[in-house]
Amino acid sequence: MTTTETPDTLHRILDYSSRADPYPLYAELRRTPVARQEDGSYVISTYRELADILHNPHLSSDVRNMSHPMPSAEGATTPSFINMDPPEHDRLRRIAMRHFGPPHTPGLVTAMEPALTATVGGLIDDFTGKEQIDIVDDLAYPFPVTVICHLLGVPREDEPRFRVWVNGLINAIDYDPRTDPKEKLENGVQARKDLHEYLGGLLAQRHGRPGDDLLSRLANDDGPDGRMTDEEIISTANLLLIAGHETTVNLIANGMLTLLRHPQILERLRGDPDLIVPLVEELLRYEPPVHIIPWRAAYSDVTVADTVIPKGSQIMLMLASGSRDPDRFHDPDRFDPDRRDNQHLGFGSGIHLCFGGPLARREAQIALGELVRRLDRPRLVADPPPYRRSPVLRGPIHLLVEQNGGC
Amino acid sequence: MTSADNLRAFRRGGRIVIVGASLAGLRAAESLRDEGFTGSLTMIGDELGEPYDRPPLSKQVLTGWVPAGGTTLPRRRDIDAEWLLGVPASGLDLATDHVRLADGREVPFDRVLISTGVRARPWFVESEAALDGVFVVRTREHAEGLQRALAAGPSRVLVIGAGFTGSEIASICRERNIPVTVAELAPYPLVGALGAMIGEVAADLQRAHGVDLRCGVKVTRLEGDAQGRFRRAHFDDGSTVDADVAVVALGGIRNTEWLQGSGLAAGVWGVACDTGCRAMDLNGLITDDVFVAGDVARCPNPVYEYRLISLEHWANAVEQAQVAAHNMVHGQADRWPHLSIPRFWSIQFGVNIKSVGVPTFADEVVVTQGSVTDHRFVAAYGYQGRVTAAVTFNNAKWLDHYRQLIETAAPFPPPCATPDQPVDTKPVPVDFPGPTLLAQGATVVVTGHDPGERRVTAAHQHHR
Amino acid sequence: MRVVVDLSRCEGYAQCAFLAPDAFRMHGEEALMYDPDPDDAQRDRVLRAAAACPVQAILVDLLEGRPEERDVPVAAASS
Repeated sequence: MTTTETPDTLHRILDYSSRADPYPLYAELRRTPVARQEDGSYVISTYRELADILHNPHLSSDVRNMSHPMPSAEGATTPSFINMDPPEHDRLRRIAMRHFGPPHTPGLVTAMEPALTATVGGLIDDFTGKEQIDIVDDLAYPFPVTVICHLLGVPREDEPRFRVWVNGLINAIDYDPRTDPKEKLENGVQARKDLHEYLGGLLAQRHGRPGDDLLSRLANDDGPDGRMTDEEIISTANLLLIAGHETTVNLIANGMLTLLRHPQILERLRGDPDLIVPLVEELLRYEPPVHIIPWRAAYSDVTVADTVIPKGSQIMLMLASGSRDPDRFHDPDRFDPDRRDNQHLGFGSGIHLCFGGPLARREAQIALGELVRRLDRPRLVADPPPYRRSPVLRGPIHLLVEQNGGC
Repeated sequence: MTSADNLRAFRRGGRIVIVGASLAGLRAAESLRDEGFTGSLTMIGDELGEPYDRPPLSKQVLTGWVPAGGTTLPRRRDIDAEWLLGVPASGLDLATDHVRLADGREVPFDRVLISTGVRARPWFVESEAALDGVFVVRTREHAEGLQRALAAGPSRVLVIGAGFTGSEIASICRERNIPVTVAELAPYPLVGALGAMIGEVAADLQRAHGVDLRCGVKVTRLEGDAQGRFRRAHFDDGSTVDADVAVVALGGIRNTEWLQGSGLAAGVWGVACDTGCRAMDLNGLITDDVFVAGDVARCPNPVYEYRLISLEHWANAVEQAQVAAHNMVHGQADRWPHLSIPRFWSIQFGVNIKSVGVPTFADEVVVTQGSVTDHRFVAAYGYQGRVTAAVTFNNAKWLDHYRQLIETAAPFPPPCATPDQPVDTKPVPVDFPGPTLLAQGATVVVTGHDPGERRVTAAHQHHR
Repeated sequence: MRVVVDLSRCEGYAQCAFLAPDAFRMHGEEALMYDPDPDDAQRDRVLRAAAACPVQAILVDLLEGRPEERDVPVAAASS
């Protein structure tokens, strides 16, 4: 495997014009599994190389290990564990996990299931009489936001405030100093500051007041790894708030879009609701909510597919490309919920595997299952739909659907 | 099978017998059908009932969570086999291609797969082994009996042997709040498999969980009361331990006795085969119609200087079964070699211990990631400057990286730093306690002078 | 239903223990203990857990619901 330069392909992928269908460009990118860019950074786009590097202990998630750290909206604030390495990453993730999942809190997600179903049901009830629905605004966005607010202990009614900050942050995720206006980064930095301040305010009220929400639990609980500092709690809450809905909204919207593009599968799902389980896995492979891990750093020289990536290099991981790699998946561009061999990269892999994956799965399974069950002959109004800016967290900004005579 | 026609006819209507109806046997049967074998398939097993999984027997079953009868293996597909269960095979006649059963029946075959596995090594004094309260753990009946004994609330359990199974059982005793003494001849637990450095960690782990760990001692006698119940164990240092339950965890014995006189290279070490799982005869020549898979197989691994290695590993049984099945229904040109790097796991004292490679094939070991004191770390093993194995304690997500280092003969110690590498890390001698059970005296005799007449015979045959 | 987990593949992601906590339990931070014969009432959860495994290490009996294809072994070899 040789290392050649494919700057053009990458820039075309990042360019908004290819947002609706980046997959042919991913195929182009995969011709060079580990591609060195003009600026010395590397892009990895093939399945096996991605799976390898996600398990490679020489890959760092800490921006300080880059020889030329790129400017980021995280700026001077305490990073969240997604941008940390072991052992600190492991410690913070363990503390957060104590209040979200096994081994300490194993039944949390299953206990939420009735509430998830009720929330989705309530939102779909509101479709009554509407002939045109925006799957994003009417369900895919409000549903996970309601869920993550409840889980974290963030007032649902504050959503209009933090929506602005979250959007500002998301827009800055893929900030490229060479092509993007400086305001993009500045907006991100400001958004981060505002969100940080807001969450800090909420946290201040939780100290000494035990409660069931994650903020209260993090503020008051002392497990074997000790308690997080306030800064660490805020960064963690920040991460979970953003990841908890910015990704799920895409999974649900991409899912509905994919189903509407595959009417026979939609029909099958209507008659066989259990199909939703493998179907969501196939969605995570075929139209994942997170397409790219924009940067990782080579902590020391990293060897991938015979290419030595020098210490300090920036590495971009094209997860969605890996999940469409024909060397790994049979007929990868076909949406096939019956696919048996489906070890996709939809939630990443290795120690940074999506923290909220099980919740996201249940949200998507329940939301898509209910939509298919209750919508009457839904049709896409526009294909492709308009997309959000981000090439990293990729999904429609609106997904208009027509149906017959309400639900 | 000399021609493509013969092979096609065999796949369509041949007779395959699988001796040993456990994990390897079942997976081989499924793979044979997957590969399109439509002939007759006979499964021979000494235990009654469908094939079941063994690892849970020393874990979930002993905690009382899962009944011993609840580990029946799921099926990947139907296998349309004739099952001959409850009677062990007693002989293999390669002159007439028959498997002999203990009840005298003979089962003919065109090709045979040997997957008879291992059995628990019993306590060496038969009358003491027969005491009430003395257990081994290999079958579900064993596990069920021991589970009942643990549930009865014994005053103390003695575990003899601190290998993986013994350590797992000690862990479960502590989980059930039962006092436990572990007796181990070697200086540390797990030392025979993982060396002294990890052994020391394992010893800390046991003691931190309240195990009365006694290393460097030998149990010399198990004493019973008038009712024939186990009451006390005597050690070679003169000390004793009073307990109601003794678990003999001294490893396994490969089930190869039935192959005596078969002309195969079978012995206490297992049945030797090539990487295609074809059995070797006594002369070291590869046979065409006899295949081996699972714990009983002794297979060369090119990564480890082509040494013949026997592995009692779950994944090895599954992978060898698949390779053996494939090769049973394919010609020479399409055969697969079994080349995977060994993988193993053990769950004890709340820690997930995993390994990749062959840790005993090493001269040095170094901690490459994490913290030994926190029981979260990766240790890499090296042999003459290359990585040959790795062990993780609660760090399994990194293990696959080390598999690649092994497969690519990467330099040892690994030259590049990781973010959580201990600062003072230095390779130390791996330090195994002497050669493991390799040879127990001469087992074969070579006869003849000219190359055309030189042959090997088994020692027991020779002296007959 | 019958379940087996290839624990040599398992990397301890615990996705199964989230989705079917009565059948899959974490023993410490990373080690998985599971019920190889979970109750049929847990069927949906176990299937979700198996589908979600990031290393696809969970095998659920594929003959489930097709008992006619399960050639149940005879009781003894005396047939």
